Amino acid sequence: MNNGWRRGAVALPVLGLCLLTAAVAATAIGSVSLPFGEVVKILASRLLGAPVGGPSDTIIWQIRMPRVVTAVIVGGALGTAGAVFQGLLRNPMADPYIIGTSGGAALGATVALLAPIQLSILGFSFVSIAAFAGALGAVLLVYNIGRVGPRTPVTTLLLTGFALSSILAAIMSFLMFISNNALRRIVLWTMGGLGGANWTQLQVVIPAILLALAAVYALAPDLNAFLLGDEQAASLGINVERRKLILLGLGSWLTAAAVSVSGLVGFVGLVVPHVVRLVLGPDHRLLLPASTIVGGLFLVIADLLARSVMPPVELPVGIITALVGGPFFIYLLRKARRDYRF
Amino acid sequence: MRNPVLTAAHVDFSYYNGLVLKDLSLSLAGGSMTGLIGPNGSGKTTLIKVLCGLLRPKRGQVLLHGQELARLPRKEIARKIAWVPQDLVVPFDFTAYEMVMLGRTPYVQHLRGITARDRAAVEQVLALTDTESLAHRPFSELSGGEQQRVIIAMALAQEPQILLLDEPVVHLDVNHQIEVLQLIRRLNSEAEVTVLATMHDLNLASLYFDRLTLLNRGQVVVSGTPNEVLSEDLIRRVFRAEVQVQQHPLQAKPQLVLLPPSA
Repeated sequence: MNNGWRRGAVALPVLGLCLLTAAVAATAIGSVSLPFGEVVKILASRLLGAPVGGPSDTIIWQIRMPRVVTAVIVGGALGTAGAVFQGLLRNPMADPYIIGTSGGAALGATVALLAPIQLSILGFSFVSIAAFAGALGAVLLVYNIGRVGPRTPVTTLLLTGFALSSILAAIMSFLMFISNNALRRIVLWTMGGLGGANWTQLQVVIPAILLALAAVYALAPDLNAFLLGDEQAASLGINVERRKLILLGLGSWLTAAAVSVSGLVGFVGLVVPHVVRLVLGPDHRLLLPASTIVGGLFLVIADLLARSVMPPVELPVGIITALVGGPFFIYLLRKARRDYRF
Repeated sequence: MRNPVLTAAHVDFSYYNGLVLKDLSLSLAGGSMTGLIGPNGSGKTTLIKVLCGLLRPKRGQVLLHGQELARLPRKEIARKIAWVPQDLVVPFDFTAYEMVMLGRTPYVQHLRGITARDRAAVEQVLALTDTESLAHRPFSELSGGEQQRVIIAMALAQEPQILLLDEPVVHLDVNHQIEVLQLIRRLNSEAEVTVLATMHDLNLASLYFDRLTLLNRGQVVVSGTPNEVLSEDLIRRVFRAEVQVQQHPLQAKPQLVLLPPSA
């Protein structure tokens, strides 16, 4: 922690700067390419409350910027949630979706896509709302089923999450099977995409995610203690079951909020915490904020690729995250000199 | 007994069915150093966990300075009692320094980070446990004895008055066993930490502990000095092993010699 803390004082600002640069670059690049300088000028004018107007302003501020900001916030939420679940469950395979959030969200989205209902609240489609509710509902179910008396053992939680996810996936498959016309939309939703980004939605999602992030950062020391096991954490003065519930809740909240605007973007939440850990070590005081930034950075780049490799077709961003992130992760794993002990 | 710091009074405990601890009473005097011995399944590990509040008695109570443990906040308990488990699995790649810093968890204020006070406490226990040279090495790469010293350092970073250790030397070579036991004894005499440790090796227990408590089937059979506890008769009855008790050549401590049935 001593070294890590000093490393963090350098790493976090550097990563932040990378994220900012990538975000501005991603805003500049697109079907209509705009010079970097002009993008900065338009962004500055908007931030200062004196929009310059014109077509460039519209492209930047109304179309690209919400999308880039969504990528930052969704990637950040998923990266952080992944770190929380990996630490809490002491499992390197854990990701934000592990205890049922993806199954619940996907089923919710499927039902919403099939239902003949069109509604929109605060910029959110019915699909978004259903996915959000489905994700949180599934976790609530897993937590309550996984309880053994007053305790929620990690293994039971993991296996319950796995079982429930399978059940929800089966129901979803059945719904997809009997409804051939919505099939493509459902499949696309499960691959993730940031095409629906808009400012109205972001006005709700940003505070929802930022508040949860702040709470998670505050609990970083507890997550460190959790790494030693539930009993050791308790002997270090942590109210284990209560903290576990709070952390599960925050991680699931982050995931549900992210998924509701982007669909099931895979791989970010699994790999980003590992990449950060490989470079900066396992201390959550550094790992959590760094995972937020790197998650955001990763998704901004992935989304940029998703919309620019095959124009005018836009690829589902989930394809890019796995296709680009996978090899990069394997490279890092092999490069790490000693065994990576998770 | 003079100033008991930690007391178990008529404690019953069961995991699912069948009592693991039965009407067990035990008291640790301030500054004492007690070895907890007994056959496998006699309830040693369970008793340690009950005494540090990880398990709650089904009946009876545990008192820390006369206050019921179950009513104290976990954080407050962690500032007074530290627990060194038998097996600590550390899946992540912490350095020894980071591990010891985890011992400061009960003093952490959220969002404030590590304070100078935390650093000073960690430096102090690193010196005390002679682990300064290991501080920046990955915990997973240390030897068994070094790991155990780091884990004890982590427990000490809690600045506890009471140290409860579960088989602190069980997986170690004889030289590391002695090293760790010497450390524990030094902590007891210099830092005035009250120590209770479960021990498998009765001869080591006899050499290093002032008092021994013999547990069998969830009850205390006898508590006393090694000379009082380690009798041929009791060992035969409780451990079902034939032994001869001899005196250590240099210390006034009993040592057991095994007499296997074929001999």
